[in-house]
Amino acid sequence: MPEVTLVEATRLALVQEMRRDPRVWALGEDVARGGLFGQYRGVLEEFGEARAVSTPISESTIMGAGLGAALVGTRPVIEMRIFDFTLCAMDELANQIAKIRYMTGGQARPALVVRMPHGMWRSSAAQHSQTLEAWFAHLPGVVVVAPATPADAAGLLVAAIRSDDPVLVFEPKDLWHSVGPVPDVIEPLPFGSARRVREGGDLTLVVWSALVPAAERAAAALAERGMGVDLLDLRSLWPWDEDAVCASVARTGRLLVAQEAVTTAGFGAEVAARMVERLGPGRVRAVRRLGFPRVPVPFAPPLEAALRVTPERIVEAAEAMVRG
Amino acid sequence: MTDETAAMAEGGNSARLLALHRLMRRIRAFEETAVAAHAAGEIPGPLHVSIGQEAVAAGVCLNLRRDDRITSTHRGHGHALAKGAGVAGMMAELHGRAGGHCGGKGGSMHIADFTAGMLGANGVVAGGIPIAVGAAQGLRLLGSDAVVACFFGDGAINRGPFLEGLNWAALFRLPVLFVCEDNGVAAFTRAESTTAGPGAAARAEALGVPAEAVDGNDAAAVDAAAGRLLVAVRAGSGPRLLHARTTRASGHTSTDAAAWRTAEEVAASRARDPLSALEASMLRQGVAAEALAAVRAEAEAEMGHAREAARAAPWPDPASAWEDVQDSGAEIAA
Repeated sequence: MPEVTLVEATRLALVQEMRRDPRVWALGEDVARGGLFGQYRGVLEEFGEARAVSTPISESTIMGAGLGAALVGTRPVIEMRIFDFTLCAMDELANQIAKIRYMTGGQARPALVVRMPHGMWRSSAAQHSQTLEAWFAHLPGVVVVAPATPADAAGLLVAAIRSDDPVLVFEPKDLWHSVGPVPDVIEPLPFGSARRVREGGDLTLVVWSALVPAAERAAAALAERGMGVDLLDLRSLWPWDEDAVCASVARTGRLLVAQEAVTTAGFGAEVAARMVERLGPGRVRAVRRLGFPRVPVPFAPPLEAALRVTPERIVEAAEAMVRG
Repeated sequence: MTDETAAMAEGGNSARLLALHRLMRRIRAFEETAVAAHAAGEIPGPLHVSIGQEAVAAGVCLNLRRDDRITSTHRGHGHALAKGAGVAGMMAELHGRAGGHCGGKGGSMHIADFTAGMLGANGVVAGGIPIAVGAAQGLRLLGSDAVVACFFGDGAINRGPFLEGLNWAALFRLPVLFVCEDNGVAAFTRAESTTAGPGAAARAEALGVPAEAVDGNDAAAVDAAAGRLLVAVRAGSGPRLLHARTTRASGHTSTDAAAWRTAEEVAASRARDPLSALEASMLRQGVAAEALAAVRAEAEAEMGHAREAARAAPWPDPASAWEDVQDSGAEIAA
């Protein structure tokens, strides 16, 4: 299986699907130039300017035009450049895309994908670093995925393009250049299935997106100290793999959720609450959330580092839970 | 205002006038029936009716094909009817009943009938504009020669999507007819006190979208102007904008008395009633008063029956509240 970067994996997935289905097309700023991160490289050359559309910096219309095009039967891939710009298109996403199927009693089927590279990346500061995926897990009508590996990013993008639901794909900017195997033929990866990264019996550690490598390093360090971590990468936040997390927590009795996003009202709160609801407080001996403080992401590297979740912080929290 | 009407009659287009008249009478009857049902407590929620604006919906939509698409506004009943949406499904939807086009999940503000190319009213001002340009882009990608008419009000031209959408449509030469249905009032505030500059047509021209202004209460004039602009749109010349000045005869919602209007304004609005004007003109052209009265009676009977049917229809099954959200994750939505 060839080893490719995460960005190349998503490019391969998109190209595969554009070859398979002529209704699939991509629109967004600089898409015909290959995209901000090279994830659309070669798409213009192979598919032409009608299917690789560079748009004005008009986020509302990038999002809303994608919806309109989906309503007449095409399958657009809407590129938002970076997630933070999605906030300029929130009416189109939250009021229109997420609700149109419901409001029309099922007449509308907005089969579209919204790609939103998110998270901290090279001192990008407060308007280019956000992880607000929890907002969208809260929003009925959309699928939310947040992969961490090249294979998962490719498989979930294929699934997103083939889905008749609107699918929001949060791609980890910080992991664009991480490398992993991707099959020649990329199969769709079902939504709502977590990946067990590492098996262990002392503590369940739940993560997604850019925190997966940090959690892997933390789990390895904890193993050296004799603590077994059951590490789960959620991959999808809606639907999410409640059953996998529940089975793990039932075994370990301890749940630590680590997220790049602000802790307060984050998706980790949902995971923790659901596990306590399902298993009962008696079977969950320890629950903890680890995330960003309720502070905008700062610019200077030492300030960013002072606030972000690191492997060391995960180790510290996990150790306190297991030893405590 | 009678020039177009007279020209139509002289040109042997009396059938066209009759079609405009019948459609406008049906819209008026639908709206009056809905207002009565709302006042009687049978239609829940906010109701925005288009009484006084019927000529715009009728004049534009008579120039559209079944496979053309429209996007509409919160005041969208007239557009939907004019585009051919089913009356029974519309009235049932307003009543929140099973059998409504949207199964009782949308109501007045989200009326849609995709089988008629009506892609939806919209609860957000200017919300339909990006959808319309995307629909046009999608249709072109699919090799269709259908076009899109995008209705919005005078309030919408102060929202960003107006600028974005017109620029986009012009840039990609998309087959869109933008229709600014200018009733002069954005919700409860006169548009002139919220809008700088010369208005919709000038803004469109500045973006390279040719625009035409028309008396939106002159049905024949709207029909003629929309027809001209749509010839260009269908020919691939890119988008056009029709600025139709019209009058909202009532308040923002059916329960808004619009008490801020002066008696003179109310009288002036009544004097500009598009149906009265059209009928007066048709009478002068020799159409029998009985024929016009018959059209009105037929329209009122049609809408009365629709109201009766909606009232008699069952409420939606509460289990259906769970349906039509999304396919993935439906099993864990609770």
